[in-house]
Amino acid sequence: MQPVNVPPRRDPAPSRLAYRAHRIWLRPMVRRFVKKGLPLLAVLGLVGWWFAQDANREMLSDKYAAIRSDIENRPEFRVNLMAIDGASDSISADIREIVPLDFPVSSFALDLEGIRDRIAELDAVRDVDVRIRSGGVLQIEITERVPAAVWRVGRDLELLDGQGHRVAVLASRLERPDLPLLAGAGAQDAVPEALALLQAASPVKARIRGLVRIGERRWDLILDRNQRIMLPENGAVSALEQAMALEQAQDVMARDISVLDMRIPSRPTVRMTPQAVENMRQIKADRHGADR
Amino acid sequence: MTDLYATQRAMRSMRNAALQRGVIAILDVGSSKIACLILRFDGPDHFRESDGIGTLAGQSSFRVIGAATTRSRGVRFGEIDAMAETERAIRTAVQAAQKMADVRVDHVIAALSGGGPRSYGLAGEVDLMDSTVHEHDVGRVLAACDVPDIGRGREPLHAQPVNFSLDHRTGLGDPRGQIGNKLAVDLHLLAVDTAVLENLLVCLKRCDLELAGLASSAYVSGISALVEDEQELGAACIDMGGGTTGLSIFIKKHMIYADSVRLGGDHVTLDIAKGLQVPLSTAERIKTLHGGVVATGMDDREMIEIGGDSGDWDRDRRTVSRAELIGIMRPRVEEILEEVRSCLDAAGFEHLPSQQIVLTGGASQIPGLDRLAPKILGQQVRIGRPLRVQGLPQAATGAAFASVVGLCLFAAHPQDEWWDFEIPSERNSARSFRRAVKWFKENW
Repeated sequence: MQPVNVPPRRDPAPSRLAYRAHRIWLRPMVRRFVKKGLPLLAVLGLVGWWFAQDANREMLSDKYAAIRSDIENRPEFRVNLMAIDGASDSISADIREIVPLDFPVSSFALDLEGIRDRIAELDAVRDVDVRIRSGGVLQIEITERVPAAVWRVGRDLELLDGQGHRVAVLASRLERPDLPLLAGAGAQDAVPEALALLQAASPVKARIRGLVRIGERRWDLILDRNQRIMLPENGAVSALEQAMALEQAQDVMARDISVLDMRIPSRPTVRMTPQAVENMRQIKADRHGADR
Repeated sequence: MTDLYATQRAMRSMRNAALQRGVIAILDVGSSKIACLILRFDGPDHFRESDGIGTLAGQSSFRVIGAATTRSRGVRFGEIDAMAETERAIRTAVQAAQKMADVRVDHVIAALSGGGPRSYGLAGEVDLMDSTVHEHDVGRVLAACDVPDIGRGREPLHAQPVNFSLDHRTGLGDPRGQIGNKLAVDLHLLAVDTAVLENLLVCLKRCDLELAGLASSAYVSGISALVEDEQELGAACIDMGGGTTGLSIFIKKHMIYADSVRLGGDHVTLDIAKGLQVPLSTAERIKTLHGGVVATGMDDREMIEIGGDSGDWDRDRRTVSRAELIGIMRPRVEEILEEVRSCLDAAGFEHLPSQQIVLTGGASQIPGLDRLAPKILGQQVRIGRPLRVQGLPQAATGAAFASVVGLCLFAAHPQDEWWDFEIPSERNSARSFRRAVKWFKENW
């Protein structure tokens, strides 16, 4: 018999253990686990262990914040001044007041939407465009509301634009004598109609004092000498044109009347002044003296 | 017998499991080398539609993805002699093949050449219950074969039905569905030593491999080395291995006889070592490089350096002429062939219609064997090489690999054996009934 425990020399045979290990290694699951799963687990474990320590987490967040502020404070992202275009001085002063920025400021810190909304809330601003221009300029482009009329509310005067939106408060009528005067509650809701009426009333332009909104539903055109043209609720412009036609044909408004009532356009009515009535009675009495 | 039936059926189901997984190992435990191939199956009938039936001998469904050979240790005469050594050799081969294939195999089909195979012809006859032959009738007739005394400690390795007869008609390949009254079968039974088998089983188990099939190497080298018409018309395959020379006779595509001679190439090497007083490794080298069996005048002048490392100059510088070497080798090869001849005579080979003899195996590569063999075995002798199998490395296509290649074919398409048919039910039911009665007796 051969010696039991002495292995023959130069035997290429794998040991039992090596053979088993090789066979286990040849299992696809095992191989996949060792090749992919184990490295993944190791990496995950290391990362988890690192993050498990408070100091590390703190360091990471500090580092992150530092890098972030570093980048934000670079000169490329710095905003140095604010340029406001298309606004009058008073409005730009208002804007500078409601957008308080102490320059230089990082462009990351600017809330452009918020700035835009705040500026758009101003009465005098119809449209606003806020952007950061190259060169570190906060560019604010303003489209102002153009005042079209003066509205008297109680004792105050307000400027209204063509749509009836408030533009500003007026201290004195003398500041804007070029604009027509509106009055009465609810006048701001019918500004376009008022402007159209004023357009239509061009024959008596020189005599116009203003327009009064009556009962929040219809307009009265006020001329000098306390004359008044009462207009209907609907079709005011055409009624006024009719009145102007009367005026041009018969010089109605030049006569001594106090009110031309056009509220029923098919039946214009004239109210004379008391003086005129007296005069007319006098004339009639003279003519028909015998009748007295 | 039923025990054997169960184990063989278990092996068959193991083979099916292996085919399901698609990978199976082929292991030939020989006396001079241990070869392991790993086959990948593309699934049964994968190419059936495109190939038709039987193209490429039905072997297009697998390919060899791993092959390894190692020097055999601890195997003599095809039987395991030193189990630990053999186990190590099997491990070497299997691991190398697995490494090449990059896949793990659990199931192995093994061939063994030793164990003193002996053939028995069995006959069985049964009356059919209805006039048609059904599957269970085949099982019944196979079970009706009277088993000869194969001796103590021996076990059937193959039990193949080779011929069916229905009434007066004989030579049926497949009797199922045919009409008749009496079904008879001829069964070829090949028995080997149980101890040899069990040693091999233990070895494989220690290598963590499950056995999915067993075959005699004489049979499987016949499958691979004989061409189809030789198998059909009748031929003998002589597998000249290292320790044994296997012999199988085929007719009508069935093996009808197998035997083995316990002589082989190793004995030639031993003769050379004794005759020339050289170590075995040197003798093996001289045999493979300069060996031959037919001397010519030229061989007297061709001197071979024997060499040696004894330190004695005279001894280390010895030379022999090739004629001397042939003079040593030829008697032994002649003896082997004579033994084979006597086996063939005992088997009645001369009664076969065609008497083709195919020599294969490692020892068949001796130059000049094709001139020596006809003098002993008859005129129809050729040297055979195994079939070409897809994916087989070039190094493993030689005659020495006939049984490995045959084992591949066997793994792909095993022949129906006795245990492939259902055991007749009446036998089963009687036993289980008896067991039930016994259980009742014991418990009440």
